Amino acid sequence: MTTDPLPIAAVDQTAFTRAMMDAAVDTPKGLRDSQNRPAGRRFNVYRNNVAVSLTEALMQAFPVVTKLLGEENMKGLAGIFLRAHPPQSPLMMFYGDEFPEFLAGMAQLSHIGYLPDVARLEQMMRLSYHAADTAAIDPAALGALTPEALMEARVSVAPTVHLLRSPWPVVDIWRFNMIDGAPKPQASAQDVLITRPEFDPQPAALPPGGATWISALMGGETIGQAFEVASQENNNFDLSATLALLLQGGALTEIHRKD
Amino acid sequence: MSNTAKTFAVAGAVAAAMTTALTGAASAQSKEKCYGVSLAGQNDCAAGPGTTCAGTSTVDYQGNAWTLVDAGTCASIDLPALADGTERKGSLEALDRDLPA
Repeated sequence: MTTDPLPIAAVDQTAFTRAMMDAAVDTPKGLRDSQNRPAGRRFNVYRNNVAVSLTEALMQAFPVVTKLLGEENMKGLAGIFLRAHPPQSPLMMFYGDEFPEFLAGMAQLSHIGYLPDVARLEQMMRLSYHAADTAAIDPAALGALTPEALMEARVSVAPTVHLLRSPWPVVDIWRFNMIDGAPKPQASAQDVLITRPEFDPQPAALPPGGATWISALMGGETIGQAFEVASQENNNFDLSATLALLLQGGALTEIHRKD
Repeated sequence: MSNTAKTFAVAGAVAAAMTTALTGAASAQSKEKCYGVSLAGQNDCAAGPGTTCAGTSTVDYQGNAWTLVDAGTCASIDLPALADGTERKGSLEALDRDLPA
């Protein structure tokens, strides 16, 4: 016996999507299986797979948030999130972009103030992981410039680089949960630089003024102009430590001399 | 701070950063991808969801699964010999031994 070709069901896509995301909604009308019978409980299996796989994706994407909340709480939150923010793209590797804001908007979580920033850090780590490869400059190339040329030079920053300014010790929280034997976080604000020196992104805490200097460079300012802005923010801005983090992270891809 | 002083402050800081970066890079052990050395389910890949690589190897020492190891050590990792007695070695390229059926 040959199977008849699948009937082209006149299922309304909007109704299908709504039913997929809400178990209280009935199976969409017109949805049939390969034997041309109403889909019925098969649709429930499908609906469940969608929710479970998106929940698992979020738990893998936000391991520290999951650890801080506990698996059960994370599953519950993921269930609410995935229905409010279904994927906009088939690229699961970036799913969860709105998750930090979602966490920030949950009144029940307001006592864990640092949670949204931890989620932001985890999302940036993922973006950094998937960013394009670039070749880093040889640190010695900066030494070839005269002090005056250095002040007027601009740099290109690798697409793996991300900055996060937080009133919380986010790097220390991340390390404490991800690295065995990392010290307990101390209450302090931390600006974070994410770089990808090898294959995996690394978060590092920046010295005061460091984030301002780097974002000025990323905005196209010269090394000298950026130094000016960062020093205005913090008198003791440590350029040396900030630049060392960038160089070690392979974060600079080009030096543009003023011609 | 005068402009000249600023210029020298920046130049000095850049020189110090170069020294830190160059010595830091030498002391921090660099890593390489080593194929065929990880136990089943233990292969590396910190990619998160959507990339189905981490922990997906299904046999021990799977030839096309990799683990990050200290640079220069991949080929010298001790591994048990294959069933026919030939030696197993890690490789910087994917291998066609120990593939899942």
